[in-house]
Formats: sequence, C-alpha cells, structure tokens
Amino acid sequence: MADTVLATRPPSTFSPTVWVRKLRRRHVVLGISVFLLLLVFGTGILAPLIAPHNPHRGNLADQKLPPVWIGERTTTKTVVEFPEPGLSHRQISISRAQRIDPNAVLGGEVAVVLREGGESRYLLGTDDLGRDILSRIIYGARISLIIAVVTLGIGGAIGTGLGLIAGYFGKLVDELLMRIVDIFLALPLVLVALVLVVAVGQSFFITTMVLVLFIWVRFARQIRGEVLQLKTMDYVSLAKVAGASTPRIMFIHLFPGVINTLIVVATLQVSIVILVESTLSFLGAGVPPPTPAWGSMVADGRDFLADAWWISTMPGVAILLTVLSLNLFGDWLRDRLDPKLRQLN
Amino acid sequence: MQKFILRRLLITVVTLILVSLIVFVMARASGDPRTLLLDDYASTEMWDELGVELGLDRPLYVQYAIFLGDALLLDFGDSVIDNQPVTATILDRLPATLQLGTAAFVFSLAIGIPLGILSSIRRDSLWDQVGKMVALLGQSMPPFWLGIMMIFFFAVMLGWVPPSGRYDWNSFVLPAITLGWFTVAANMRIVRSAMLDSLDTEYIKLARAKGVSETQIIWKHALKNAVIPPLTFMGITLGTLVTGSIVAETVFAWPGIGLLAFDALRQSDYSLLQGIVIFFAVMYLGTSLLVDILYAYLDPRIRYS
Repeated sequence: MADTVLATRPPSTFSPTVWVRKLRRRHVVLGISVFLLLLVFGTGILAPLIAPHNPHRGNLADQKLPPVWIGERTTTKTVVEFPEPGLSHRQISISRAQRIDPNAVLGGEVAVVLREGGESRYLLGTDDLGRDILSRIIYGARISLIIAVVTLGIGGAIGTGLGLIAGYFGKLVDELLMRIVDIFLALPLVLVALVLVVAVGQSFFITTMVLVLFIWVRFARQIRGEVLQLKTMDYVSLAKVAGASTPRIMFIHLFPGVINTLIVVATLQVSIVILVESTLSFLGAGVPPPTPAWGSMVADGRDFLADAWWISTMPGVAILLTVLSLNLFGDWLRDRLDPKLRQLN
Repeated sequence: MQKFILRRLLITVVTLILVSLIVFVMARASGDPRTLLLDDYASTEMWDELGVELGLDRPLYVQYAIFLGDALLLDFGDSVIDNQPVTATILDRLPATLQLGTAAFVFSLAIGIPLGILSSIRRDSLWDQVGKMVALLGQSMPPFWLGIMMIFFFAVMLGWVPPSGRYDWNSFVLPAITLGWFTVAANMRIVRSAMLDSLDTEYIKLARAKGVSETQIIWKHALKNAVIPPLTFMGITLGTLVTGSIVAETVFAWPGIGLLAFDALRQSDYSLLQGIVIFFAVMYLGTSLLVDILYAYLDPRIRYS
C-alpha cells in the first residue's frame, strides 16, 4: 500500500497577499474619502482650536505669499545707474533699489527676488490681504458644515414629513403634493436666490432658506415612493386592523422603514448643498463677507491668477475633495443600505 | 397625450406665476422705490404724485396684476442704473448667451455620447475608467472653479486662448467647456447605462446568435434604442445651461445675459434683475416643456406613464 501523504499546511489565518487582494481598490478609495470627510468634519467643528491664524485679520506685510512648498522666484539683473527704457526686466537701478546687496557693483550681476517663497507659518499661502488661506479654509469648512446640517435638518424634516403624508394618504393629497414637488423642481432656484439677495440683502438666513427650498422636494419624492411600497405590506394593514392611529402608523410603522433611504438621500444631498452654496457665495449671493465661505474665496482670487494662483486654487480643491468624497461615500452607502436605489442614477 | 400636455402646461404656468409672485413680493419687500427716485428734499406732494404715477396707491393685487400685464407685454420698465429699457438690454445680450449655450450643448453631446458608447461596449477598459472619472468629476467639480483653473492653465500660463471676453472662435473654447462640463458627465452616464440595458436585451442576443457582426449590433441595433434616454434628459440639460450661463459668463466676462444678471446683482439693480429672472425662467421652463412634449410625441412609453 503506497503511503499517500496528504501533507497540507494548515490555512494561514493571516496572509498579506490575500489581505491586500481583499482590500480592493474601491475600499482604498472609500477609506480615503471617509478620512477626508472626517477631516472636514473635524476641522469644521474644531476650527477655532486648530486654525493657525485669525481667518478675518490679515497681515499686509505678508500679502500673496505662496504655499510652503513653493520656493522663491529669482532672476539675475544687471546693476546700472538708471535702467534703459524697456529693459527693466534685465536691469536694476542702484539708486532706486530699496535694498541691495552691499557687494553689488555697477555693471555687475545681482540676483533679484521676483516673488518670495512660501513660509511655514502659512502652509497654503496667503491671499491678497495677507490672510492665511489654510485658516480661512478651516473656517470655511465650518460654514459649509453648519449650512449643510441646518438645510438638511429642516429640508429633510419637511421633505420626509410631506413624503410620508403623500405616500400614506395617496389619492388627492398625493396628487396635490406631487404637483407642488414638480413645481419646485422646475423652479430655477439660483435665479430666485439672486432676486432674494438683491431685494433683502445677503444673509445666512436667505442662503439656508433657498437651499431648503431646493432640497426638500428631493426628500419628499424619494420617501413618498418608498412609502407607497411599504404601506401595502401586511404588517401595516394589521396595525390598522389593530386600531393604530394614523400618526402612529406613519411614525412607528412606516418611518423606520424609510430610514435607510433617508440616510442615503441625505448623504448624496450634502454634496449638492455644498456645491450650490459655493456657487451662490461665488456669485456674491451666499453667506455675506467677511465670513470665509469656500465659494467666495475662489471669487476673491480671480483677479490675482497671474501672480497668486493659489488664492483661487486652494479653496476650490477643498470643495472638490469634499464633494468627491461625499459622492463616493454616498454611492457606497447606497449600494450597502439600499439595493433598490442603485438604479436611480 | 392631451392629458399629458395639459398637465405639463399647467405645471409650467403655475411655476411661472410662482416665479413672478416671488419677484413681485420681493420687489415690494426691498423697500419703497421712491427712495431711489427722489432725493431727500422732495416734498410730500412730489412723493404722493410719484406714488400715483407708479401705481403705489392701489391695492397690492392690482399692482401685481399691472406687473403681470406689463411682463406679458415684455415691459419690465427701465434699469435703475442706466435708465435703459430692461427688455432692450436683455435682447441685446441674447445672441452672446445663445451662441455660448449652443457651443456648450454641442460640446456636451460630442464628448458625452461617444464616451458613453465607448465605456459601455468596452466595460472595465481604459475608456470605461476615463468615463467613470469624467462622470465623477463632473458631479463633484464646481464649474466656476473649473473655469478659473482653465483660465490659469490655458490662458495665463500657456497663452493659447484669451482669458476672457468674446472675440474669435478660440474665446469660445473655455467658456463652452465650463458650461458644458456638468452635462458631458450627465450625458455620458445616461448613454452608458442606456447602452448597457440595450445590449442586454433579447433582440441583441438573437442578433448575436444569428451571427450579426459586433459593429452592426452596436451601431444598428443597440445605439438606436440607447439614444432615447439621453434625449429625454435634454430638457433638463437645456435648463441647466440657462442657469449655468450665469456662472460661466461671470467667470469669463462673457457679454451675455448671465453676466448681466451678475452685474445687476452687484449693483442691486432690481428692475434689471427681475426682467432677467423672468426672461430666464420663461426660457428654462419653455425649453423643458417643449422637449418633454416632443418626446412624449416620439416615445409613447412616456405618454402613458
């Protein structure tokens, strides 16, 4: 009898290769986006504690300093008594220079700083008023966060409530509410926001109100659709037979069934709220200055693109990364919590 | 069909009335227009006289009716800033806005549809990855920032195109991309999912089984059915182009109605702004109504749903 030895190694409980393979690309991307979201959330809440500078007060001596990783830009110029007309880019006047190397001699070459390099005090540079861009972005995160929470709180509550009512009562109530939803979806809200701002001025209240008008319909539609399916379930009929009151059925029996949908819709709407809010503040119709909103910071840097591109770039990167992370996270959440919603997009 | 058109028409009209009501109420909320027109030394008689002239002595609903009547006759009064008739100023700026909108629309179709087709027929290929990237960035990048970044790279650093204004064909490039960017992503996603659905149908499987070439399957069989969803989306696309033009024109100092709206905002010129808002609202709602009716006509499935 041939001895067949079936010697197999016991399966390893930890194998780096399997582990790495399991950690698929999607999870890495998801991890990064969750990390970024926590970062935005954290900095927003802790803004006064972690912002290195006052976001409102600038130091005029530190105007338009580039981010820390950018070195100074120099050029060599010939030292002359008086520069010839049109040659000022190659010649420097010894008599008019504010500060000049003591070793410089007439006719010699000297290095001239065209733009100062970044300083570690200002990690992302400063704007045209010498304000620290990083601190302003941190405070801007706070504003975006507050607006997102307030709008989604109010808009989500209104939308969910009306969605529950429309879905549960159906018929005429549903028809009426859904037509109102259609009207709000057709309303050009950026235009409405401009009208409100010119009429009564920029304010936090106006911005959040416009965003609430924008957002509640999306909740109402989604929740209503969900309730239409849920209310045909046996347990709802049984609750009715058992004599449960209408509010009880709506809030105790139907509402828990739509919570997943609610979370998914809310996550995806946050990104829209942040985008619309930044657009409004870019146009000068958002939260009024000097509050550092990301959109208005981008607008502030428009005139300085040629010599200080970072003023517009940095807050835009903040918007992009936040919204990108929210979208990635929201998509993942949708797939996990609510397979039915997958086909929506 | 008639019921569908009637319902859509009703929604459009009610929305327009709502917009006009908001504009009207806000005009009254913004304060008495006489404070702008009269100086501090005006007598009470002058004050009252102007009130009668402007119709401020009548009840609010009569004032609203007058306002609505004027709006229907395209009369929005004169701009507070330059005393020019608002309607004339808007019509003067209309060609620039229409040109830019058309360019952006063509751009979004020319990039979005081929990219959508490519990423659906070569799933998980490089094209699909590019497409996913475009879709994600289109959803996540604020258009005003994209525009500014493109000005920095292509106008300031490389000097290929002018940074702003409306001159030769090359001044169209950046504004059209900025305005159409979001729509490229939307078109691409819709075409991709429509193509995937279409490629998954029984008749495609039958065509494959019969030995029809892959090229024919894609171009003749699948694509025909995949163009309907993006076309129905076109109403929304045109709508976003109208409001998006405010941002794009502001970024590129494009002399259209969007920039006019921004200027009116900065100068608090309410009469100009209300004209623009109503004009834009009519354009926005009108195009989406037209497109919806057109597609209900072309595709019976929409009519009956």
